[in-house]
Amino acid sequence: MSACKCNAHLDDPRAEKLRQIITKYRNTNGALIPVLHEAQELYGHLPIEVQKAISEGLNVPLAEIYGVVTFYTQFSLMPKGKFKIQVCMGTACYVKGANSILDKLKEKLGVDIGDCTEDGLFSLDVCRCIGACGLAPVIMINDEVYGTLTADQIEGIIRKYQERPV
Amino acid sequence: MNIYRAHILVCNGEKCNSQNAQAIYDEFKTQIKKNKLEEELTVVQTGCIDQCSQGPVVIIYPSGVIYTMVRIEDVTEIVTEHIIRGNVVNRLLGGENINLDSVIKSLDQVDFFKRQVRIALRNCGVINPESIEEYIAYDGYQALAKVLTGMTPEQVIEVVKESGLRGRGGAGFPTGVKWEFTARAKGDQKYVCCNADEGDPGAFMDRSILEGDPHSVIEAMTIAGFAVDSNQGYIYVRAEYPIAVKRLNIAIAQAKEHGLLGKDIFGTGFNFDLEIRLGAGAFVCGEETALMTSIEGKRGEPRPRPPFPAVKGLWQKPTLLNNVESYANIPAIILKGAQWFSSIGSEKSKGTKVFAVGGKIQNTGLVEIPIGTTLREVVYEIGGGIPNGKEFKAAQIGGPSGGCIPASHVDVAIDYNSLVQLGAMMGSGGLIIMDEDTCMVDLAKFFLEFTADESCGKCPPCRIGTKRMLEILQRITDGKGTAEDIDKLEILAKNIRVSALCGLGQSAPNPILSTLRYFRNEYMAHIQDKKCLAGVCKSLMQYVINAEACRSCGICSRVCPAGCIKGEKNVPYVIDQTKCIKCGACMEKCPFKAIYKNA
Ligand SMILES: Cc1cc2nc3c(=O)[nH]c(=O)nc-3n(C[C@H](O)[C@H](O)[C@H](O)COP(=O)(O)O)c2cc1C
Ligand code: FES
Repeated sequence: MSACKCNAHLDDPRAEKLRQIITKYRNTNGALIPVLHEAQELYGHLPIEVQKAISEGLNVPLAEIYGVVTFYTQFSLMPKGKFKIQVCMGTACYVKGANSILDKLKEKLGVDIGDCTEDGLFSLDVCRCIGACGLAPVIMINDEVYGTLTADQIEGIIRKYQERPV
Repeated sequence: MNIYRAHILVCNGEKCNSQNAQAIYDEFKTQIKKNKLEEELTVVQTGCIDQCSQGPVVIIYPSGVIYTMVRIEDVTEIVTEHIIRGNVVNRLLGGENINLDSVIKSLDQVDFFKRQVRIALRNCGVINPESIEEYIAYDGYQALAKVLTGMTPEQVIEVVKESGLRGRGGAGFPTGVKWEFTARAKGDQKYVCCNADEGDPGAFMDRSILEGDPHSVIEAMTIAGFAVDSNQGYIYVRAEYPIAVKRLNIAIAQAKEHGLLGKDIFGTGFNFDLEIRLGAGAFVCGEETALMTSIEGKRGEPRPRPPFPAVKGLWQKPTLLNNVESYANIPAIILKGAQWFSSIGSEKSKGTKVFAVGGKIQNTGLVEIPIGTTLREVVYEIGGGIPNGKEFKAAQIGGPSGGCIPASHVDVAIDYNSLVQLGAMMGSGGLIIMDEDTCMVDLAKFFLEFTADESCGKCPPCRIGTKRMLEILQRITDGKGTAEDIDKLEILAKNIRVSALCGLGQSAPNPILSTLRYFRNEYMAHIQDKKCLAGVCKSLMQYVINAEACRSCGICSRVCPAGCIKGEKNVPYVIDQTKCIKCGACMEKCPFKAIYKNA
């Protein structure tokens, strides 16, 4: 776990980038959500130190920022895996058996929804329809989409990522 | 623009891309270069062509031949046979356009497309969405020119009103009337918003329009800006749609470069600017007041209406808000006229609607049909029927706010009013087809899980009520329900409907009421007989080994994660029901099909 992103100390080089993001949006109406999006891209998640920096930079109370971060599912307080697995739980996928795919992933990774494997490699989440319903059931790993899945393909897919050079 | 002998369109939609469409596109490029055909041919990456179950898809114009399930190895053959020698590659015609000995069907003859009328999707899969030149070549920005150089705002609103266009985002409010309200509202600053939050799971038409024809939305919003006297627009897009965002950004930059957006458009002195705002994964933000609260940078909680957005919307200013598909119709209406548009569709609902057909059906994808087309046509003629010889049971329409249409009503002409009469609603156009293997109680539970999870928590009827309804459904599917539970569900549903703050809560009971209306027997079977007829609810079914068919191979025992299948050579294996976790792995792996579900 060398590259663990949990310690988002503000003295690392990302802090300067964060300041730039805040400056870019300072005069935009409704700046908070765009800033949070970019900050999350930078850090992988939104730890409290980052929220504090945004609070000071945009002059928005920390409580309000925390409220916004916890309202939207895209924002995360917890670090995610290197490979973010999202299982589509939209209607088309559900009707075509997304549950059995999810169960298989839980079994193979040994984690529950919302958790990250101990080696930091995978995190497992469910998501809303990703608009690939024609291929249901569908999972997404980072930006790659896997469609028309059956439960027994899962093992092979996971292995593919485990074997990828880090 | 160069003129080419043929265009090779390679679908670059999400589904095709997940199956190597990018590499296929690159390969076509390479092959064409190799054969020195660059002057004659062009390869275009299009948005979704809506033949998703057949992807990756390649279409060659002018003949309109569609190749399906194309693999990278096939590219050479298509180039040498079709392009160079002029012979169609029959092997790749796939699906229903195969007709080996006589005629080869082109795109507009395939059943899937024959019955469609493409207005909102007119350019999707036809033009390169990243090229403003191609959009302009297909009459793009002509409607804007016509409006800015020859019409008054009142005339524009009149055309939209006369066309009979109703909002495609869910509620079906007449678009022209909404424009008129916003135009009449007093305010120094007004806004035009586009709802591209597309939250209904199973619907993806807005995504296809944004990815396949982003300029049509930009053009329509600019026209709307002129009509209601606004100079600033916002497009609110879900963060889950990165390609749509990318294409919109490209399109906005191109439109500005060409003087079609920004300051002094067409030299008429009219200014209009557009900004994109990303959602962050909250279904409720599709609701119009919540969407505006979210653009303002806050928790996306809805606000009470009135005041309506037309009076007090974004930052308390008069705001016009329409859905992506509603906007995509506008340029066509302006160019071809209100009469033309209102000649399509049914008595009360004009034009076309795009449906995202999915679930247990042969052809999945987007279909754009005149409003008033029957469900039967959609399922059997366009959709190609139910796969694996199963029976059509019901169609779910309108997502978590909608309801079911059972097989007995398959002849209903789909329009706003007929659906409401059946207890469903048009919604955004998700149309999920279900066969006999779908449990309707489980389906209702699925939607309630969704709404309970997405409830923003501001009003108690929705926050607490959806939770209570979900608990009752959970009880029923666990086999612990009582007859009173159905009464409780109905009382809760009726109360939540009238007391919730926004559309999310008000419509959350719909999936329950609709399934109760048509499939009460399934609820009763769960409650009284403790049976799930479809064999979906795990607590109510068992996996059983048929002793006569079992050959004692032991495969089931080895794959069983719970280690609960025992047996020996020549003795049939048995599942210990007390330990079985009902994963179904044994049934999947049994080579002799000796394991079955006992509902
Ligand atoms: C819970 C909820 C979710 C909604 N989601 C969407 C959506 O994803 N997209 C959309 O266009 N409209 C959605 N709507 C409808 C909008 O509130 C609004 O009626 C619509 O965008 C207006 O545009 P139209 O008149 O062009 O249809 C939703 C409504 C509710 C109550
Ligand atoms: S329901 Fe899974 S992609 Fe649409």
